[in-house]
Amino acid sequence: MRATNLLDIRAVSKTYIVDDEPVEVLRNIHFTVAEEEFVTVIGESGCGKSTLLRLIVGLDIGYCGDILLDGTRIAAPGRDRGIVFQDHRLLPWLSVEQNVALGLDASDESPAAVKQAVAANLDLVKLADFGRAYPHQLSGGMAQRAAIARALVAKPRILLLDEPLGALDSQTRAYLQDELLRIHQRGKVTMVMVTHDIEEAVYLSDKIVVMEPRPGRVRGIVPVELPHPRNRAAADFIAVKERVLASLVNGPPLCFDAAPKSRPIVPDGRARRFG
Amino acid sequence: MSRISLTVGRPSIASRRGMAIPCVLILGWIVVGSTGLVDRHFLVPFQRVVTVPFLDPDGRTVWLGLAASLARMVAGFAIGAGAGALLGFAMGLSRFGNRLIGPSFTAVRQVTVFAWIPLLTAWFGNGEEAKLVFVALAALFPMALNTQQGLRDVPVAYRELASVLRLSPRRRFTRVLLPSALPSIVVGIEIALISAWIGTVGAEYAMGFGRGVGIFLVQGREQFRMDIVIVGVIALAVVGYLINATFRSLLARWVPWRGNPS
Repeated sequence: MRATNLLDIRAVSKTYIVDDEPVEVLRNIHFTVAEEEFVTVIGESGCGKSTLLRLIVGLDIGYCGDILLDGTRIAAPGRDRGIVFQDHRLLPWLSVEQNVALGLDASDESPAAVKQAVAANLDLVKLADFGRAYPHQLSGGMAQRAAIARALVAKPRILLLDEPLGALDSQTRAYLQDELLRIHQRGKVTMVMVTHDIEEAVYLSDKIVVMEPRPGRVRGIVPVELPHPRNRAAADFIAVKERVLASLVNGPPLCFDAAPKSRPIVPDGRARRFG
Repeated sequence: MSRISLTVGRPSIASRRGMAIPCVLILGWIVVGSTGLVDRHFLVPFQRVVTVPFLDPDGRTVWLGLAASLARMVAGFAIGAGAGALLGFAMGLSRFGNRLIGPSFTAVRQVTVFAWIPLLTAWFGNGEEAKLVFVALAALFPMALNTQQGLRDVPVAYRELASVLRLSPRRRFTRVLLPSALPSIVVGIEIALISAWIGTVGAEYAMGFGRGVGIFLVQGREQFRMDIVIVGVIALAVVGYLINATFRSLLARWVPWRGNPS
């Protein structure tokens, strides 16, 4: 297999049981993420995009199909994947430094190495002066940057972002979008981001996976071949936006991957949150 | 026993307003007492209540009684809260533990704590053991319940985070579960202490024998000494207040992130 396909999602389906009724959340999802690619998954709420990230990160391993990271099927959380949630989930009783260090807690690195990695990653997200601060002393954008540092500190192969900017005001959001791009380019990190903001998806990503809800399916995959930095007002930017919008609303599926037949969907246990 | 929520506040002018009602009451008491409108047996003069614990030979025993009661409370609390914390951790950390202990715990908890007195006196007599067991029981239930609730209420978001970060069971406990449950556990300690204090005095009152504020109160009532009864009641209130005040400051110090939800 070629090393450039870091993440390979093949015929993934997921069904929850809610009140003894099976509810199909994901049906026959297919797409790939290449090394160092920035892929966004977009769709209205209820299309299962957050569920998909939970599967990739390994929080939920009861799914049909295959999610292959470097050719290995995902069966548990691992150091090769980091995740940033919409709520920053910094632990309020730990300082920013301690929160970031928690990303290396399961590793067997020496305290000095951990300290160095924490400092380097705080520096990367421009929080070098805030290591001793506590989460409640940070603004929403700073807290989210600390969460990014925590996810990156173990040097994951892939960074998963679950609407990380969704709860921020538009100015902070625009700033953090540029920060994400900078981190992506500087750190050579592969990123998969879930969002419901079309402009954000077009601004950031190399490829947009458009999903439709109930059950969550891939409606189309839109490549974004615009050079960085991108101009949100440029005609070609708006053209891509229109394409995404068209496929999101009611357009026919675009450039659909040749998908093998879906495997049977097997209900797999307890009801959990929908994404 | 329900959970008490505390607000962590700093002393301010506003909090001093709480002194207004006691001051007015004491003033009224002094005035009414000195006019002789009310029989001195029913409402002793304020001045007498102030001097009795120091000058009256019977009144002075309040200090010994207080010391005995406090020692009894601390010992009973240590046993009961320790056992309660263990039960709470067992029920809060392990699904198996909760299924095993939970139903029995919930059933036994429904028994009003004072209903244990006849049973305990039958088993342990009227002496120190029965009182200690009673105080321990009074402390056990709130401690166990708050510990269990605190652990059970750890947000799913934090549990998921611990999984994603692959924390070891030990680190998961020390870094995530315990700090998250700490506010509830501290409140549990406070309720357990207050409950142990009420239990101490109640046990003394109901079982008699030996020394203690409860026994001091019984003697005051039997000799129709209103001054002694009031001194006893004030001693109870002061200890209760001190427990409460201590825990407010402890909560603020141990759980500084509370009140600053981020």
